[in-house]
Amino acid sequence: MPDAELVRRCRDGDANAWAELVDRFSRYVYAIVVQGFRLQGHDAEDVFQDVFAKAYENLSSLRDDGAVRPWLAQLTRNACVDRIRAAPREDPSADVEPPGVDDTLALLDEALSVREALDALSDDCREMLDRFFTRDESYRTIGAALGIPSGTIASRISRCLEYLRQEFLGRNPGVTASGEVQ
Amino acid sequence: MTDETTIGRLVELLRALPPAPQGWVEAAQELPLAQRELDEIVARAEADAEFRAALVADLETALARAGFEVRPRLAAAVRRRLSA
Repeated sequence: MPDAELVRRCRDGDANAWAELVDRFSRYVYAIVVQGFRLQGHDAEDVFQDVFAKAYENLSSLRDDGAVRPWLAQLTRNACVDRIRAAPREDPSADVEPPGVDDTLALLDEALSVREALDALSDDCREMLDRFFTRDESYRTIGAALGIPSGTIASRISRCLEYLRQEFLGRNPGVTASGEVQ
Repeated sequence: MTDETTIGRLVELLRALPPAPQGWVEAAQELPLAQRELDEIVARAEADAEFRAALVADLETALARAGFEVRPRLAAAVRRRLSA
């Protein structure tokens, strides 16, 4: 379901759509909080929850339903900055945004595009790549979970990565997976 | 750029988005339910001066006595709404 349709359903009070929206963007928000702004523990959890609470309360103010992704990124960025500002700091005059945050956010944005391409693959491929690369599961664990011989997993991962490459480049013509324009 | 390099970059990008803790995701997904609960508490406080006074005096105890499951986020949200 496109982002715009998902947002429209959330605004209509569809709780299942809201659960799907959280599921779709939870990794992205989490990564901005933890990798981009280096928040940890309760700070990270509070910001994560605050972002989705604000998103839920303010969905009606979103002018372009299709722009929910940059909107959430900005909400997250603002919430992180507010959190850092509110905490005691050794040097209050120091920049609240960690160095390199823009580069990290650009990388996470690209990573979310890859996840969108991943979602277009077969369930088997999506599950295998997600388990191996983002959940750090072993071949044995993956094999047991998916009911396939662990000896075949390496070749399956390789094949699925190629499908992912084709899907990603098909969705982003003229752009390599490094973000370069050809 | 070779296909192998592209694959390497894709792997890096896949690894950049690990899952958020499951409990965090579930709490965020339950927001509509929490919102309904909050609306119910506030409506009751507006209609029942005694309940409102009990909330102002000791919010957590008043919520528990009224049968609500007291959670820090719910309590904080009720406080915000009552003071608005």
